Amino acid sequence: MELIEAIILAVLAASTPLLIAATGELVTERSGVLNLGVEGMMIVGAACGFAGAWLTGSIFIGALFGIIAGTLMSLVFALMALGLAVNQVATGLALTILGIGLSGLIGAGFVGERITPAMHLYIPGLTDIPLIGRVLFGEDAFVYFSLALIIGVWWFLYRTRPGLILRACGDNHVSAHALGYPVLRIRTFAVMFGGACAGLAGAYLPLAYTPFFIPGMTAGRGWIALALVVFSSWRPGRLVVGAYLFGAVTILQLHAQGWGVGIPSQFMSALPYLATVIVLVLLSRARTGGSTAPAALGTVFVPDR
Amino acid sequence: MQLVLEKRAERSNTIALVSPLIAIGLTIATMIVLFAILGKNPLLALHAYFIAPLTDGYSLQEIAVKATPLVMIAIGLSLCYLANAWNIGAEGQFLIGAVAGSWIAVKTQGTDAGAWVLPAMLVLAAAAGALYALIPAICKVKFGASEILTSLMLVYVADLFLDYLVRGPWRDPHGFNFPTTAEFDPVATVPLLIEGGRLHLGSIIALLVVAAAAILLGRTIKGFEIRVVGAAPRAARFGGFNANQLVILTFAVSGALAGLAGIIEVAGPVGHLQPGISPGYGFTAIIVAFLGRLNPLGILIAGLFLALTFIGGEQAQIAMKIPLDVTKVFQGILLFYVLACDSLILYRFKLVFPNRQVARGTH
Repeated sequence: MELIEAIILAVLAASTPLLIAATGELVTERSGVLNLGVEGMMIVGAACGFAGAWLTGSIFIGALFGIIAGTLMSLVFALMALGLAVNQVATGLALTILGIGLSGLIGAGFVGERITPAMHLYIPGLTDIPLIGRVLFGEDAFVYFSLALIIGVWWFLYRTRPGLILRACGDNHVSAHALGYPVLRIRTFAVMFGGACAGLAGAYLPLAYTPFFIPGMTAGRGWIALALVVFSSWRPGRLVVGAYLFGAVTILQLHAQGWGVGIPSQFMSALPYLATVIVLVLLSRARTGGSTAPAALGTVFVPDR
Repeated sequence: MQLVLEKRAERSNTIALVSPLIAIGLTIATMIVLFAILGKNPLLALHAYFIAPLTDGYSLQEIAVKATPLVMIAIGLSLCYLANAWNIGAEGQFLIGAVAGSWIAVKTQGTDAGAWVLPAMLVLAAAAGALYALIPAICKVKFGASEILTSLMLVYVADLFLDYLVRGPWRDPHGFNFPTTAEFDPVATVPLLIEGGRLHLGSIIALLVVAAAAILLGRTIKGFEIRVVGAAPRAARFGGFNANQLVILTFAVSGALAGLAGIIEVAGPVGHLQPGISPGYGFTAIIVAFLGRLNPLGILIAGLFLALTFIGGEQAQIAMKIPLDVTKVFQGILLFYVLACDSLILYRFKLVFPNRQVARGTH
């Protein structure tokens, strides 16, 4: 029983950064922009988040630093891909390369330092319920926030007018432009939201997941978040399922290593990456009746005047 | 005030030629600011980065050695990018090539195997790199899976596989438990060009690859197909060119070149297989490809320039305690400026003042 509870808790913790980053990217892609720089924005968010928390002693301010750092990174992307109409794939790659370098530079002074990780909720009585108590009422604030975030995004995209306009930009920017909507401005906001989420997701790692910063600690999570958006067919509901499934794969391979299964640890560590490839192939194959991706995803838009 | 892009009637050839130079200039200007923020003398730092490595023979050789894998990988990537196929997993193909070639070196270690060992290693590494690159290519063509994500995921897998081999079955029994294979035999080592120097045969191979790519793109039908499929997919379809086949072909060629670069690095400058054989060559090569304007000769020059930043970065770290990550920041910023300046080839930037237009009644 205790083991099951521990595994569920670990899965939730491992899934949360994926869910937050993928939620942001989902909004970005729904507006028609493919920002491949999630990994770079996350790692800078991790470095700045840790720096903020270490300097001020506040997890909240650390998270804020992460959000600001991710947003600033995404603004660089927006300037290039939207302002200067540069190829989005290449710009996203540049953002990741830059982010990895910047995070090393920012984080260099903090390697080896520790902070007190984010507090977990405790409600006397409720949190003490066996099996489900700690899972439902004993998480850190990031876990609850990530769920609120995805529900908010679902509501925004499907139940509000601005959400409808954002999706219109993603499906046909020429029509949206003809209707008088400021396509590039809307996309800039969507990119910034994606950056804020990626920064927060990165900050989650040193603030709650492990209480210290190591260079390269995102270890490809940004790329897995990108794959999750494809997995979800750009729908918030499926994104939650996907994020928790991937969190489960990560945790199960860790536990399998601990149980001494006779497979070399490196092969188990490769599982989340291999699972991503397999899932992408299976999903793309299943989707023969036309793509579910936003129709204008990744295309350059220069408004005519 | 608002920045507006205006499409040029035709692409500007002047800007196409000078845009990499503008990008390098802007990057250096940005670096001066960054050095100042880090509290280092910008002039001394720039000297350590860009001038000092050019002043002694050893560093000059080292630049050629570092440029070798960068140029080989970037040539392959440029073919992919020209055909609009996004292989960003060259780092993984590099590692798999290194592993496959090392397999022969490890198995023939201490035997009296003859001169066939090194050629066999090179061939096997190229084949393994090509096969590894074919995984994302086939997933893309057969199932429509994004080659960007799959090729990148396979980088992590290759990295872990190499790690497993050198910590497990291939570990040098006399290596004090370090995760490395034993030093390769002389027949499994890339020969040096100058006795006692650093320059090795791999640099010649890289030059041959550049020449072959220049001929392929400039003088053959296949090269023409690659360029048309990327630049004008609709025209290519009317011309009966098979885009899927070109995805497979360009991925295979770039994988083979990355794999070849991997084994040359391992059997040349490194001398044995160990984790961390690449300081991110596969990713830096992406920058080399773009800085070189996806042109073979341009890539050769860009490769030498990026190699200079690697060597300069090391020297700046030793001489001025500038963190090595500055090199990565430099490379990232450089790619941004290169892409931004490329935008100038197709567009004209204009600053517009909306309120003045309202007065004229045009808005």
